[in-house]
Amino acid sequence: MAIIHVDGQDYEVNGAQNLLQACLSLGLDIPYFCWHPAMGSVGACRQCAVRQYKDEDDDKGSLVMSCMAPAADQTRISIEDEEAKAFRASVVEWLMINHPHDCPVCEEGGHCHLQDMTVMTGHDRRRYRFRKRTRRNQELGPFIAHEMNRCITCYRCVRFYNDYAGGTDLGAFGAKDNVYFGRYAEGTLESPFAGNLTEVCPTGVFTDKSHSEQYTRKWDLQFAPSVCHQCSMGCNISPGERYGSIRRIENRYHGEVNGYFLCDRGRFGYGYVNRSDRPLLPEWRQQPDEEPTTLEVDTALARITDTLRHSQRVIGIGSPRASLESNHQLRELVGADNFSTGIEAREQACLALMDDLQRTTGLHTPTPRQIENHDAILVLGEDPVQSAGRLGLNMRQAALSRREAMGEKIGIPAWNAEALKTLGQDVYHPLHIAWPTATELDDVATRYPLAPEEIARLGFAVAHIIDPAAPVVDNLDPATRDTAQRIADDLMAAERPLVVSGGSLVSDSVLQAAGNIAQALARRARQGGLVLIRREANSTGLSLMGGQTLDWAMDELTEGRADAVVVLENDLYQRLPAQRVDQALARADIRVVLDHQRTATLARASFTLPAASFAEGDGTLVNLEGRAQRFFQVYEPGYLRPEARIHESWRWLHALAAGLRREDATDVNLDEITAACAEAHPALTGMVEAAPGAGYRIEGLRLAREPHRYSGRTAMRANLSVSEPRPPQDEDTPFAFSMEGYSGFDHPRQQVAFAWAPGWNSPQAWNKFTDEVGGHLSGGDPGIRLIHRQPGHRDYSLRIPAAATAENTLRALVLPSLFGGDETSARAEPIQQRMATPVVILCHIDAEALDVHHGDTLVLGDSPAMTVHEQDDWPTGWAGLPAGLLPGLAQGEALTLSKTTGGEP
Amino acid sequence: MSQSIPSQRQSTQYRSRLLQPETERSADTHPLTWRLRDDGEAVWLDEYLRKDGYQSVRKALNEGDPQAVIANMKEANVRGRGGAGFSAGLKWSLTLQGGDMPRGYLICNADEMEPGTFKDRLLMEQQPHLLIEGMILGAYANNSFYGYIFLRGEYVESARVLNRAIDEAREAGWLGPDINGSGFDFDIAVHTGAGRYICGEETALINSLEGKRANPRAKPPFPGQSGAWGKPSVVNNVETLCNVPAVILNGADWYQGLSGDRTKDGGTKLYGVSGPVEKPGLWELPMGTTGAEILERAGGMRDNRQLKAWLPGGASTGFLLPEHLDLPLDFDTVGKEGSRLGTGLLTVVPQEMSMVALMRNLEEFFARESCGWCTPCRDGLPWTVKLLQALEHGQGEEGDIELLDKLAADCGPGLTFCAHAPGAAMPLETALRHFRHEFEQGVGKPRGEAHEDPIPVGQV
Repeated sequence: MAIIHVDGQDYEVNGAQNLLQACLSLGLDIPYFCWHPAMGSVGACRQCAVRQYKDEDDDKGSLVMSCMAPAADQTRISIEDEEAKAFRASVVEWLMINHPHDCPVCEEGGHCHLQDMTVMTGHDRRRYRFRKRTRRNQELGPFIAHEMNRCITCYRCVRFYNDYAGGTDLGAFGAKDNVYFGRYAEGTLESPFAGNLTEVCPTGVFTDKSHSEQYTRKWDLQFAPSVCHQCSMGCNISPGERYGSIRRIENRYHGEVNGYFLCDRGRFGYGYVNRSDRPLLPEWRQQPDEEPTTLEVDTALARITDTLRHSQRVIGIGSPRASLESNHQLRELVGADNFSTGIEAREQACLALMDDLQRTTGLHTPTPRQIENHDAILVLGEDPVQSAGRLGLNMRQAALSRREAMGEKIGIPAWNAEALKTLGQDVYHPLHIAWPTATELDDVATRYPLAPEEIARLGFAVAHIIDPAAPVVDNLDPATRDTAQRIADDLMAAERPLVVSGGSLVSDSVLQAAGNIAQALARRARQGGLVLIRREANSTGLSLMGGQTLDWAMDELTEGRADAVVVLENDLYQRLPAQRVDQALARADIRVVLDHQRTATLARASFTLPAASFAEGDGTLVNLEGRAQRFFQVYEPGYLRPEARIHESWRWLHALAAGLRREDATDVNLDEITAACAEAHPALTGMVEAAPGAGYRIEGLRLAREPHRYSGRTAMRANLSVSEPRPPQDEDTPFAFSMEGYSGFDHPRQQVAFAWAPGWNSPQAWNKFTDEVGGHLSGGDPGIRLIHRQPGHRDYSLRIPAAATAENTLRALVLPSLFGGDETSARAEPIQQRMATPVVILCHIDAEALDVHHGDTLVLGDSPAMTVHEQDDWPTGWAGLPAGLLPGLAQGEALTLSKTTGGEP
Repeated sequence: MSQSIPSQRQSTQYRSRLLQPETERSADTHPLTWRLRDDGEAVWLDEYLRKDGYQSVRKALNEGDPQAVIANMKEANVRGRGGAGFSAGLKWSLTLQGGDMPRGYLICNADEMEPGTFKDRLLMEQQPHLLIEGMILGAYANNSFYGYIFLRGEYVESARVLNRAIDEAREAGWLGPDINGSGFDFDIAVHTGAGRYICGEETALINSLEGKRANPRAKPPFPGQSGAWGKPSVVNNVETLCNVPAVILNGADWYQGLSGDRTKDGGTKLYGVSGPVEKPGLWELPMGTTGAEILERAGGMRDNRQLKAWLPGGASTGFLLPEHLDLPLDFDTVGKEGSRLGTGLLTVVPQEMSMVALMRNLEEFFARESCGWCTPCRDGLPWTVKLLQALEHGQGEEGDIELLDKLAADCGPGLTFCAHAPGAAMPLETALRHFRHEFEQGVGKPRGEAHEDPIPVGQV
């Protein structure tokens, strides 16, 4: 801590920060552009000038850039100094010289940092009377629009894209007043984190193309605090809605999970919510092949309960992409004995093992932010960027943070970004990745292209080196032994070693190996960590809730032990081979499917109930840390589309349960369901605390979903009726579907629908909602951790796979895939444009055996043609296939690939 | 002045030429140039060795005390000849070395691009071994393991000469492993720049050397802490390094004595003159020689022109007036007059030259050479160009001159990321101060509304 004196006032600040960050954290406004809390200072824009005095007696002082000056104890500065103010006005005037006066038609307008800073510095008259410089724009792919005329040359884009996120295809070109930020040639921005440019850019150079087509000003959007449903990371998001559709997803700051950044799957994958083919009404189908007829809600509920009542046994199939509340209500409806998680058996076993390892190895699971402080990482059988998007950015920062340690030795502060980059060059904290094919982290990592069993054997070998009490791996080849030694040396030399593994390979032995390493490390360094990546948004939650496997449910149906099934937000064809699902569903007389998407499973339903997506409903998810987080309904679909009958699945299931008991479906609210769920499942007890309940008020007010400038409310429904109905009432949450309610920042709170503060319209407004800039939300970061390290003893796993022997079979190695590997986001148009063309990775030997070469095509049965990608170091006997390409394909399944003959595939 | 040296203007091809005959130069008084030949041919290794070449290296490596080299340099107070005038010895004393600190780089700043400056090329073209000798000493003092000469790309003759000399030196054991049996290793490579003024800024130079954009770096950390490729690095100007051998050989007192009582800065300086004088050229003179004496050596103004103003050391220094000609040209004296010694090569401005046109020309250069990193320089300097263009064409508006004042003030030291914009501001500020009436003549209009009458690109 340090005391600084600002304009005569004394403040206590974090002395490790620079003056700009310290002052912003105090709530003092200093304008800035090039500085970013996550990316440090570079001193380029000169906007944050303040006057600094040497000591008490110095009344002259000199102007300094507050971002480049340490907040050292007894620093004396003046923000209000007239000369400093005049210089800041000059800077913004220069920045505006070539900036177009296109705010009214610019998509950044209304959440533009440049607008905010221009107003803050008081620049409102143009004195530059000469012609402006103009530039060409580039086509940068389906996510990002480019408008270079607006650029103020703050260099944030390249600093984020290249230095922070490891991208290589965005650069600064030219010099003087003609620096161009773009690609060397037009084309899609390759980084999976490119979407953050829309928030990193302080003005409208990089904007969200998915938003552009359905553009709405920030002040006209309705928001709710939400949680991304596209992987197990649990990034906090702020979706914005207008006229009944989601218009964009913005990052919602969370100090421990996602910070300021999202991955592109999370940001641009929301399009499935807006699909025009979504089920809006209950549907009924007498025969599987019939066109469905729509039903009124009461009729649908009555018919479903009637038929269910007459069935002998109802199986409920839950879903790891649905909320805990919905899964719990399904379990309540069908009974615990008849409840399946909807997860395939091997994956479920892996999930259970991951929960167990998190509790018993002795290493705790760091938050994603804490990962950045680990000084050696081993990734065993995962490709973090593909399987958990945002997590890859955290791991990259961990590798890069070696610079900070080096800088500390010679007195370079952690915020001096360019200086640390210079000092660190290409020296990183060790990051070892055992994974068969290229990953986004390879430029800062050492990667070992191994097959799943070999990855496990390597892991067991590492554990044995760290702790000789861990089992020995027999017949280990010398090369693997050396690799294991190198990895073990790095992990043992580290203060905070981290082991990352997960379910992507669906391999018990890989996870056991990771567990052994974690346990071995725990005996040495208590500061180590273990991170286990799950596949879907609520995989962890479902595993904690428990239930039978999907395979069990299929067997129960196929073998006639049940004659009805209720499927919750789950496309079974994504998880098991079509034939097996077909067989099971064919045996069920009643097939009730609740979903918000028209999946293959929904197409087989006898009854369909239109479920809410994350945008229309509330619920709780548990992320890969074990953090329970609540997502809140963004908008009420019925308000603008009165014909729609979309409800949360838990609400439908509650009504069905009441109907079965021949009771009237009394209304129920989220808090009751959450409480019941928590009570029913000891592992989930904490979930109630994940967010405040519906009764939460600030200053007696509900929380507003809409900014106070929200316009058109009285008119937006006028095409339906000129009289404005009462806005929808929200009995489930403390949020109001209105601009009326609390939306300020002075009262600490965790659940912030949108960040706005007077003078701060851009995403930089999050600065006002945090305890210190870049720190934690002032009311604490949302969510509650449900999985804790338990004291006790775990025996080392002995399940070491045997060394691979030459076999003739080719097995599927399904590779997680950020674009296309997630069921729902793969239904969003911009994501579809970014999906890789169907490809199959083979080693040279296997390609030769199939008589194919790089670029030829193969098919599996009636699959689409897949282009052969020969990779020199790819493991023999495996065919690499991106997830989502062949639904229902099991990890490790034996494949018979055949060469396509003649013509175009 | 000997008649044997042809006038510069008579030669068909420009060659850097010292306008002092061999007879005037001696080892005692002209440490930088006494070995140079009147015929202008390079002094190669044999001749260089005959003229006491590499004696200082022999001496320093024999003594085996790098810190003593630094102490000598500090005591001699050799101030940076690239224009900033920072003590080279002090700079060297701040280089991190020892412990687990890696050995870094000794970089010679030979990117001589300051308009009106042509001194380093003389040393490189005609006496390459003096620079190499100075670099070996610098490397020894700073524990550098490799040297780079960052050479202005257009200096093809310098590149040719330096490379040949480096080969000679390596062949003879003055470069490479175990120099002269001392156990000290050091070698040098010539890196030719791609042609940006900003590469003369030492940290931009390092970035360029690393293959990055030639943007300056924030200081601290200084190159001595984290320089090229993050290792401790020292960047010195050619002339600075060429001063080192004599300091080591003859001592700090001797060096201090070279300038007599003209100034407290020691040593000699390569002074020069460009512009409409009779004999533009270079002279090695005691530090603190007056402008009048230098101008006299240059034969005075050509064709009876009148001197209106002069820049003491390149385009980035402030204008001085005829009344300043009697001041000793050293770092501190010139600094007190609102200018800088800079490179010490005078540019003279005759009475009939328009200060507005001259400033427009200079500011075009500075605006064009901005790296584009910080706002005042990147966006402020082009605005000064536009305003000066307007004034030049009589299209200036009321308030333009005050705006230029403000722009010059806002580009001052400390406000911008590096010294480039302050270098552009200093001549502008001094021109506005001394010759305001010339600028006022360009104001032909009342203040208009922005974009009321858009002016086509390229015209104003």
